[in-house]
Amino acid sequence: MSLEIGSFLSIGLILGVVIITAALLITVERRLLGFWQERLGPNRVGWFGSLQVVADMIKIFTKEDWVPPFADKFSFVIAPGIIMTVVLLSFAVIPFAPNIGVIDSNIGVLFILAMASLGAYSVMLGGLSSDNKYALLGSLRAAAQMVSYEVFMGISLLGVVALTGSFNMREIVESQADGWYIIPQFIGFVIFLIAGVAESHRLPFDIPEAEQEICAGYHTEYSGMKFGMFFVAEYIGLVLISSLITVLFFGGWLGPEFLPPILWFSIKAFAFIAFFILMRAAVPRPRYDQLMSYGWLFLLPLSLVNLLITGVIILSMQ
Amino acid sequence: MIALFYIAAIIAVIATVAVILQTNIVHGLLYLILSLLAVAVIFYVLGAPFAAVLEAIVYAGAIMVLFLFVIMMLNLGQHTRDQERSWLTPRGWIVPSLLAAVLLGQLVNVMSQIDHELIPAQIGVMEVSALLFGPYVLAVELASILLLAGLVAAYHLAKTK
Repeated sequence: MSLEIGSFLSIGLILGVVIITAALLITVERRLLGFWQERLGPNRVGWFGSLQVVADMIKIFTKEDWVPPFADKFSFVIAPGIIMTVVLLSFAVIPFAPNIGVIDSNIGVLFILAMASLGAYSVMLGGLSSDNKYALLGSLRAAAQMVSYEVFMGISLLGVVALTGSFNMREIVESQADGWYIIPQFIGFVIFLIAGVAESHRLPFDIPEAEQEICAGYHTEYSGMKFGMFFVAEYIGLVLISSLITVLFFGGWLGPEFLPPILWFSIKAFAFIAFFILMRAAVPRPRYDQLMSYGWLFLLPLSLVNLLITGVIILSMQ
Repeated sequence: MIALFYIAAIIAVIATVAVILQTNIVHGLLYLILSLLAVAVIFYVLGAPFAAVLEAIVYAGAIMVLFLFVIMMLNLGQHTRDQERSWLTPRGWIVPSLLAAVLLGQLVNVMSQIDHELIPAQIGVMEVSALLFGPYVLAVELASILLLAGLVAAYHLAKTK
């Protein structure tokens, strides 16, 4: 079997590597957090704690998978499935290397945005069906946060799309051969980075599940593997955001010839994953109203101005 | 591809009927989302990927999220479910079914007269944008004025509090 776009080998490799990376990230994140916070972290199981993830998985798979009797069973059961599905589907349009990918689509960027907006249902349904005050508060916060930050996420990407002249992710990568888009689209990059963290609701924007205020937010009532799916989907979302930043602003698989393209992609993506973990260790969580006013009053005008200036420059260069 | 079209069409019809029959409002909304996504697949199969993905982003991804947001705030329980069930009486079905049957008859009549030849033409982002900012620019401007009016009104309502 050859390794080309859309072949079974390619699809299987992407799915397997993404899920295994996300599972391993749980341990990697705890170790890195320990390192940055000057403590040890999990270092007992296996060589330097490398088997911690296996222990965690055995634990979560053997836990009782309990549906509360007061919950709306239908919505409660499908909610974790939705987030897993949409996050994994998003990887379909990511170009990992010239010959590795699932589809070569002309609407790649829009497909990612569509999947991101469908992901909001997972947290909303999870909180709503739990019939729990903390869960409802968490999913209300999540809904407002995800709907708001989707807007800036979309607009911040349009500068890159305008420079390339296409929504196709492969063309976006190939058009960066002369220079990565981080230089002309620095503002777009910063907005996308912030919106990406808010979209995957990781720290410091984990307001929907802020443990100190609202228990565990929308997944308060979840246990066992259903909770595990929310948990792993968050890490897959982290891998997705890092891959997107790599593709859109840092030239994807492009790099000097001494390393194969897929390795360049992995190095860049992992650098961003590490950066997101560092952000978790370093930045405190904002208040909910601060998050909202920061988004609508600062990020939205900034992204619109960025798009306007990009458009003016493109038109004047022609 | 044509098999995909029929599968998506059947899902859309069943899901839309389920929206009406559901007494649990959240489940009804989920069926509505499913129906919109099925319509998006139909657009894609018919060669309009841009329209398909906009259907998914705007209708399924944004408008329905706001519907669900409102439902979350309303705190609907068993009593609304009972109320819904009491409204769905067999007698209430007669007149709407008759009217819908007339419409269906007309639709079948019209459809049987036109050519079914499906010409798959790819209508991409460029073609749609050229139309929107060419012949239909007035409609785009009017829609944006309407949205701006809605925005100003929402700002006003929120501010007087």
